[in-house]
Amino acid sequence: MSLEVAGITVLWLFLYGYLIVASIDFGAGFFAYYARISKKEHIMSKLISRYLSPVWEVTNVFFVFFFVGLVGFFPDTAYYYGTALLLPGSVAIILIAIRGSFYAFGNYGSKNSTLYLFLYGATGLLIPASLSTALTISEGGYLREDENGVTFLAGELFTSPYSWSVVFLAIVSVLYISASFLTYYADRAEDYDSRAIMRKFALFWGAPTIIASLMVFAGLRSHNGDHFERALDLWWMFGLSLVFFLIAGYMIFKKKNYGTAFLMVMLQFFFAFFGYGASHLPYILYPYITLEGSVVNETMGMALIIVFILGLCLLIPSLYLLMRLFLFDADYVKGKK
Amino acid sequence: MLELDGVTLSRLLTASTLIFHVIFATIGVGIPVMIAIAEFLGIKRKDPHYLLLARRWARGFTITVAVGVVTGTAIGLQLSLLWPSFMQVAGQVIALPLFMETFAFFFEAIFLGIYLYTWDRFKNRWTHWLLNIPIVIGATLSAFFITTVNAFMNTPQGFDIIDGETVNISPLAAMFNPATPTKVFHVVTSSYMTSALILAAITAFIILMKKGTDYHKKALRLTMTAGLIFAAGTALAGDLSAKFLAKEQPEKLAAAEWHFETESNADLILFGTINEDNEISNEIRIPGMLSFLAGNSFDTEVVGLNEFPEEERPPLWVHYMFDMMVGIGMYSLFIAGLFVMFTLIKRFNEWNKLLLMGIVASGPLAMLAIEFGWIYAEVGRQPWILRGIMTVDEAATTSSSVGIAFGLFLGLYAVLGFFCVRVLLKMFKDKPPKAELEKRFPGGRLDGL
Repeated sequence: MSLEVAGITVLWLFLYGYLIVASIDFGAGFFAYYARISKKEHIMSKLISRYLSPVWEVTNVFFVFFFVGLVGFFPDTAYYYGTALLLPGSVAIILIAIRGSFYAFGNYGSKNSTLYLFLYGATGLLIPASLSTALTISEGGYLREDENGVTFLAGELFTSPYSWSVVFLAIVSVLYISASFLTYYADRAEDYDSRAIMRKFALFWGAPTIIASLMVFAGLRSHNGDHFERALDLWWMFGLSLVFFLIAGYMIFKKKNYGTAFLMVMLQFFFAFFGYGASHLPYILYPYITLEGSVVNETMGMALIIVFILGLCLLIPSLYLLMRLFLFDADYVKGKK
Repeated sequence: MLELDGVTLSRLLTASTLIFHVIFATIGVGIPVMIAIAEFLGIKRKDPHYLLLARRWARGFTITVAVGVVTGTAIGLQLSLLWPSFMQVAGQVIALPLFMETFAFFFEAIFLGIYLYTWDRFKNRWTHWLLNIPIVIGATLSAFFITTVNAFMNTPQGFDIIDGETVNISPLAAMFNPATPTKVFHVVTSSYMTSALILAAITAFIILMKKGTDYHKKALRLTMTAGLIFAAGTALAGDLSAKFLAKEQPEKLAAAEWHFETESNADLILFGTINEDNEISNEIRIPGMLSFLAGNSFDTEVVGLNEFPEEERPPLWVHYMFDMMVGIGMYSLFIAGLFVMFTLIKRFNEWNKLLLMGIVASGPLAMLAIEFGWIYAEVGRQPWILRGIMTVDEAATTSSSVGIAFGLFLGLYAVLGFFCVRVLLKMFKDKPPKAELEKRFPGGRLDGL
């Protein structure tokens, strides 16, 4: 495997990791707020906070890891995306900042503040929307490069149907992934009231993710036909994604194996996400940045790969410990510890 | 209204992010050490006071960590958003420590999450104490990696530029550049010191308000002893940093000292004013001292600013930043030394009101010294972003939206700062230590030991 392919695979894996853990977190914020205003708080909020409290910081690191790694492996991305994304990027940072701090303020400080919870819930839907624009921009057509440098064509982005279909997909995916996970978590906690609510959400938000995916495909076809063609060549990946979606939906509907069902949801997104990513190549930012043209020098690339492997040796056991203590420890989940 | 160009706005936005972030970053590096010490003493001496101390510090710490995490994310992204050309070039050479920093932080975040929620989960209290180790290592390594990047901006090495291409890259040489050892040493010791003094200041304030108990007295003794050790380390690191500057980055030291002519037996100038012709008045002058600080001998020749073309000299106002940083550093050493001496000599009363007031002042002052020090470190490097290779003007973004972003972020920092303080105050007001002690350790007993 060449250096640049290894690099982008690692980064894409981390972005996938972020997609899953952040979706759980973002969606949980929305559900927690929903529970507060619909007076079902006593049921759900405890469950959500037991899961989120120990892991929210870890979620953020997945994201930091991705963009630091991207600039490390492909320094040219700093130049193009840096210039283009100043405003949308700043908005995303501010939302992430508000979300992270107000979560901590609310959770460790004043537990009953509805304002804090509102900020936490609302940003959970706005962040995926704003982050997803980076993926939209990567398809090309929203930047102009001339002698004055790179300009971001905000007007094009906001009036593009493709862009809005991606935003829609991002938001429904967040709610769907989060609901399927919380159904499983509630089941482990033997918290049947919460499980019933979350199960309904999981079933409700399943179909929209497929509809939104189809809209994204349709948008891509007219926006970046080459990418669309490459995606068709990888039809089996998207096909597998759909199969896993159907299995997950069936299990949740039949009220059994919630854990396996969530695993199926993860696989559903794994195949869709990697199918999208693989067909995106060789471009990182169409048509300015390609994998080969922007990869960092070999010495640095090797150094980054070595550090990455060493880092994983440190992180995987640590993450395992975290999950064993908070996710797979039945007594903790049930609130007995 | 003053018309600001893109470069100035980019600098202002970066400066405001760093000035805000460094408060939380400093606490983030230092407080874990203090928590680890307190919990250690608590278990070792079977003293619930110290355990409660660790627990309460940790609880406050979570709030500052949250703000530190999100502002750290902001500066990480702003590096690319505001200085795209810099990151494009520097990324080729210095990406390694930036990448490693995320690992260090990841590691710390995981164990901090575990630490905060497992106080009563292990039968043996030492198991919980062990969780401090990865947190302290992760926090200090984060500081180490990030500081190597800053050191690299001051003394870049580990690559050659031939025909505009970056070649012969050595990531390790770039990381371990000449500025790295002294800079890391100074950043780490000063973070430890400042964290200790801030905790001491809060404790001293409570004792002054006549709400102090044995719990607070133990806390003050602990924080001031640690503060003294770390202040001594900071002073040593500062001294080594000055010697490093004299050797490797003389224009930075010369600007801080208003030193123009290269000479031996150079005078140290404290404060004072300077006019357009670079004539200095109202200063305190210590003969030969600058030479002594630069090389441990009055005969040391100290390079002056006149050796550098005018457009490559840092602004002269950094002199005040430098002097205030050093002044506060000395004060911290003095006040911590005084308290510890008073504790040791029975005749003196270490709970003297004046002394306590001095300690209350030392916390915020130490944080100010951190700010002054970083302002000096950054402005003293001007006009360079990569010394000798790229200026800040060449590195800044060409985007026209920096002004809007600047406004948005200023608003964000104001909101975060306000709520952070409010939540912290409320958190500790609602739960005084006496009540919590009785609740967690009924009758002052420790279970599980």
